[in-house]
Amino acid sequence: MRSAPFWLPPFLLVFLFVYGAIIWNFVISLTNVSNNLSTIDYTNLDIENYEIAFSGGTPSWARFDVGSYIEPIWNAAQNTIVLMVAFAIICLVLGLWLAILIDRDIRFENTFRTVYLLPMSLSFVVTAKFWAFMYNSEYGLVNLIFEVFGFGPIQIIQNSDIIVGSSMIGIANLDLSVKMAAIVFALIWQYSGYAMVVYLAGLRAIPKEHFEAARVDGASTIRMYWRVIIPQLRTATVSALVVLMVFSLKAFDFIYSLYGSYNPGSSADILATRMVREAYQNSRFAFASAIAIILFVMALSIVAPYLYSQYKRGEL
Amino acid sequence: MSQNESDGGLFEQSWSRISLYAFLLGMVVFYLIPIETGLATSLKTQEAFTGRYPYLPPLQGATFEWWSDAFFSLLDGLINSLILVIPATVLSGLFGSMAAYGLTTISWRGQVGIYSLFVAGIFIPYQAVLVPLTVFWYNIVPIQDWWLESVANGISVFGLFEIPSTFMFLGWELGFQPYHWQLISLIITHTAYGIPICALLFRAHYKKLPDEMVEAARLDGASIRRIYRRIILPLSVPMFAVVFIYQFTQIWNDLLFALILVQNNEAAVVTQQLVDLGTSQSGTNFPLRMAGAFIAALPTLLVYVVFGDKFAKGVAA
Repeated sequence: MRSAPFWLPPFLLVFLFVYGAIIWNFVISLTNVSNNLSTIDYTNLDIENYEIAFSGGTPSWARFDVGSYIEPIWNAAQNTIVLMVAFAIICLVLGLWLAILIDRDIRFENTFRTVYLLPMSLSFVVTAKFWAFMYNSEYGLVNLIFEVFGFGPIQIIQNSDIIVGSSMIGIANLDLSVKMAAIVFALIWQYSGYAMVVYLAGLRAIPKEHFEAARVDGASTIRMYWRVIIPQLRTATVSALVVLMVFSLKAFDFIYSLYGSYNPGSSADILATRMVREAYQNSRFAFASAIAIILFVMALSIVAPYLYSQYKRGEL
Repeated sequence: MSQNESDGGLFEQSWSRISLYAFLLGMVVFYLIPIETGLATSLKTQEAFTGRYPYLPPLQGATFEWWSDAFFSLLDGLINSLILVIPATVLSGLFGSMAAYGLTTISWRGQVGIYSLFVAGIFIPYQAVLVPLTVFWYNIVPIQDWWLESVANGISVFGLFEIPSTFMFLGWELGFQPYHWQLISLIITHTAYGIPICALLFRAHYKKLPDEMVEAARLDGASIRRIYRRIILPLSVPMFAVVFIYQFTQIWNDLLFALILVQNNEAAVVTQQLVDLGTSQSGTNFPLRMAGAFIAALPTLLVYVVFGDKFAKGVAA
């Protein structure tokens, strides 16, 4: 324990502000606090907020200034999953593709890499400003491109029309609306460079002989990557996937800045925006804490298996 | 990775090379066009900004008016952001390095358990702690209220001793305003949330350091404190660069914590101010908004352009 002076102070800070705060948040989610945070009654604890989160209803602590009926969170939860899956998978595929191409002994490799990663250095607030302009129906570049292909100018970030219906792919209630697709596209623009960097590091770690052995066997380039190289990128894929999925849970900053308000409308509402809106617009603090716990459990269910497997392999 | 295109004629080979470069250049356009469009638009006068071909440079009617407007609108936010980012970056980096040293170089049972709690902290969505943080910083430790009160009455620390109000005036004289103290809560919060990723980055670095060096120093009778100061810290310098760049970018770019913890307009950081810039009732002023976006992004863009490889190292870890 001689090492305690080194790790204990930072650990206490993290333990208080992260883990202590989560436990406290859980306790708050069992109370009825709304409107006034300075007096929280910790004597009456129940799971009413979770019941309302899952099935909707009028809580016992209902306030009439913001409406007494509370919608369940299913819509936001589905949007969260649609955003997470679409964003993470497309980022991975694009990132892998770019990494393979950049790895093919090209000139100006550094320049390409720097440009592809550039959007990631920007704030969500900044990129939301750029994309609000790109998607604008009157002045935006995206509509200009649509016009070239003969579409009229269309609303994008205010458009709730569904482009990929869940009935088409046989899943219940996971629709992708135009505005959600626009958000996913912008986030891919910002974060696919990250997947590329992770894959590039993975590719560089594969011994050169594996490439050459496959060549000698007469495998075509595509076959070589598919059979020999990509299977070896499993670690890179898993770690990039975990990080990207957690990023998507944090997309609040982008959506808030894109719409300039707590409410992006029901077809782009995710748990992260719903939670902040319930707390800081509707002042339903206890209910928002319950949503926060649900969000936390989602993040945990992604991260915990990953950390456990890392631990098993002795990489922690 | 060098690939020998052994089969296929020279002709075929150069075609595949050309299409490879064409694709990579196409992707350069994809990643840069939103930024380029914003830059071109931010330099156009109201008359030149007609909405047609927004990506073209401002050939007729270029102006820096929007940039200077945006700069002065965001100036307070830029200063507040700097007051926030510099201490938070340095503190989280230092604490992260200490944690990583305590959990790597000196081995003891149970360090993996403690370390896993650090690593899991990286992935926790901010939403999970917002309400408790609000209660904490507004009702339990309201630093700004204490400050205002203490300027009037002097401050009593746990009833044990008094700090006279003259000491508080010293801060005032140095240019600190009461609202700056709201940033303290933000600095502490960002430090706590930055420690996990910093610890991860430093631990990866410390694991690679040769054991012999530390072992030799230990045999010479150096204390662990001395080993940290004399051996580990100097060897950490390249990693500090990576960590500082990563943290600077993260904290500068964050919106959510500031949105919740800084409810005083005068203490608003630049990302908070940027959200509202150029959205008056009379519609949206795109040239002004684009100029504002660039000004808010300039510090991180500059850091990225100068230290791009270190940034890549930070995100890839």
